[in-house]
Amino acid sequence: MSMDKIDIKAIPYVNELEGIHKRFDICEVHKDYYTCLEREEKENKIVPSLDEAIRLSGLKDGMTISFHHHFRNGDYVLNMVMDCIARMGFKNLTVAASSLNECHSPLIEHIRNGVVRRIETSGMRGKLAEAVSRGLMDVPVVFRSHGGRAAAIETGVLKIDVAFLGAPSCDAFGNANGYSRDNDNGVICGSMGYAKTDAQYACKVIIITDNIVPFPNVPFGIPQSDVDYIVKVDAIGDPNGIMSGATRFTKDPKELMIAETAAEVIEHSGRFRQDFSVQMGSGGASLAVAHFLREKMLKKNIKARFALGGITGQIVAMHEEGLIKKILDVQSFDLDAAKSLKNNRFHQQISASYYASPNNEGTAVNQLDIVVLSALEVDTDFNVNVLTGSDGVIRGAIGGHSDTAAGASVSIIVCPLTRGRIPTIVDKVNTVVTPGNTVDIVVTDQGVVVNPLRKDLIDLLIKAGVSLCSIEDLKRKASKIVGIETPIEYTDKIVGVVTYRDGSVIDLIYQVKENE
Amino acid sequence: MPERLRRTMMFVPGNNPGMVEDAYIYNCDSIMFDLEDSVSVTEKDAARALVFQALSTVDYGDKEIVVRVNALDTPVGIEDLEAMVRSKVDVIRLPKTERPEDVVFCDGEITRIEKTIGKPLGTIGMMAAIESAEGVLNAPQIAKASRRLVGIALGAEDYVTNLKTSRSPEGTELLFARCMILQAARAAGIAALDTVYSNVNNEEGFRAEVSLIKQLGFDGKSIINPRQIKPVIEIFTPTQKEIDRSLAIIEASREAQSKGSGVISLNGKMVDRPIVLRAERILALARAAKVLPLEDEQ
Repeated sequence: MSMDKIDIKAIPYVNELEGIHKRFDICEVHKDYYTCLEREEKENKIVPSLDEAIRLSGLKDGMTISFHHHFRNGDYVLNMVMDCIARMGFKNLTVAASSLNECHSPLIEHIRNGVVRRIETSGMRGKLAEAVSRGLMDVPVVFRSHGGRAAAIETGVLKIDVAFLGAPSCDAFGNANGYSRDNDNGVICGSMGYAKTDAQYACKVIIITDNIVPFPNVPFGIPQSDVDYIVKVDAIGDPNGIMSGATRFTKDPKELMIAETAAEVIEHSGRFRQDFSVQMGSGGASLAVAHFLREKMLKKNIKARFALGGITGQIVAMHEEGLIKKILDVQSFDLDAAKSLKNNRFHQQISASYYASPNNEGTAVNQLDIVVLSALEVDTDFNVNVLTGSDGVIRGAIGGHSDTAAGASVSIIVCPLTRGRIPTIVDKVNTVVTPGNTVDIVVTDQGVVVNPLRKDLIDLLIKAGVSLCSIEDLKRKASKIVGIETPIEYTDKIVGVVTYRDGSVIDLIYQVKENE
Repeated sequence: MPERLRRTMMFVPGNNPGMVEDAYIYNCDSIMFDLEDSVSVTEKDAARALVFQALSTVDYGDKEIVVRVNALDTPVGIEDLEAMVRSKVDVIRLPKTERPEDVVFCDGEITRIEKTIGKPLGTIGMMAAIESAEGVLNAPQIAKASRRLVGIALGAEDYVTNLKTSRSPEGTELLFARCMILQAARAAGIAALDTVYSNVNNEEGFRAEVSLIKQLGFDGKSIINPRQIKPVIEIFTPTQKEIDRSLAIIEASREAQSKGSGVISLNGKMVDRPIVLRAERILALARAAKVLPLEDEQ
């Protein structure tokens, strides 16, 4: 049938056929004869400047912009973009970063000048955190876990208008990644896990890169289909800050002792068997657990099915010697992890959503047998704080803490009983981040405690001869050493809203009172 | 009461509050708070006060508490002694012991202070560190110089300097001193403790040295980092075969005793008294390493 005979109206039930309303018109078909090389140069998504990209994105006052924290304390992108936005005169924006770091203190000025009205983040540190705790902002900061943030984005609760995503490599059409198999130019950060979810759901996505590579940038963390504009800049981050070295193997005898005990607890937790799955954090003690667990795996010839989460060189080494079959990597903590993602076939980068969103039954945290986590404070109800310090000031991040504690079959907190004169085991944590009924075991230098809710674990560990104590015992021991602390004084101004992974409010952070 | 094990004696600088406060969490047999070489002259008073306060407030459990005081021919040494005898200390460690008179003098000073404060006489033990050629040659007399002495120890760094040599990985230069100190200790019926191994990161070298001193017969090793505890315990922990055989020997000995027989036999062979003693020591080490339940739990 010739095309001009097509009568749209004659199609039965045409009103119910979505999008069927127009006859094909050959005049509207355009074909150019560019080669790939020519298109790369002429018809690409690269715009000449950040200002131009912002203009094209349609950013308006009051909108929400997002950033990722894969460059950790070496990030240049957030400050670069915010300076540009401020210069262009935008006001009342919401900054929704997957997390904020010490290097982001210039945000303080943007908040004071009205450029930024609201912040959503997993955590904050340094001067910004200090200023927020002292009442810098009118609107409280919303803190979300990595899984909670992904869920909020997926459901439209957190609607991102423009995502500004730094990428260590990107081709002319937007295939972006945290490394490149084409060259070793610029910085690398490994996984782009948190950026992937933003790229997928944001209305407009701007990639900011220092390394334009030939199309197709394979493998990619962010596909070109998610990307609108690309800006090439001289530098996106400081490699020393990105790979901050926070993941070196500890020599602290106390941390080693805690780690060794934690490995023993894992061994007898009933989960240490062929094809188990595990996540270990990057803190001194939790990182050292990997070392001791490795010895036990070698001794008993046990291999893990996968390791999840923030990935370190320790995990990579175990993968490369065959002890961990696969790696699911939402964030690469060090250079070894980033290199492994580039080179190892079974080292897979995953999005924040895949990692921890509670909306997805298959979410990776739910497949965890064991997670090892750190804590600033644990209280006698097993609630954990990883967000505010003993002075009430914000100094940390929720990260995937509440997500993995809820998802894993066994969650283990490793922490010293006291840090100097500051107790870790307390009556009430300053800020509840992870609810006590998802915290199963607490390992300190002075005793192991199992949550009484986990009678199964108590039985297993006692049978194995692991000596246990009660959380009250530990609390008493801590108080005996450091004394009873004077309560922190707050004003009645709320500066932070801490959400649980389902979006509900689990705690509030108040402004700390200034010393007179 | 069974003989106290001294496999690991952990050195803790007396001027480091964090280390002094935390020392009890590690699995060492003895903790030695140092007021001597690891404390600079300007911090002597502060360290003494810190250790004194820590001993009165921190619960160090059943660990043996040793304090190394400064040499008693200095004013700080006597001040150390005055404070420590008044504290919850088990053993005073005397540095750089050269002659039996040094031990006798220290014993006398402890007795004098005990009398002054009304503490039961003789409750505080002593340990003498031998750190010179003269000390090594006098070791037999030193070891027998006081009933307070629970052990003598080799201090190798000063000793090798005195010998005009340095420490080698094999420890050949220390062999004479180690043997002297060991014979002296055994002749006096007290403990013999080996010197520190300073390179904390060389676990292989450390293990080799611990194996050597264990074979020589030493009770244990002085250590400078909690990370050194585990290797020492591993090396000093008897094998299952040794444990099984020792249990059988003790059982045979008990059987003989209950029959009123002086002759112990096991599998048709006669067992001598020294073999029984060795078996007892092996079982004590096994219990301390928790590879064998305590006797009342069996």
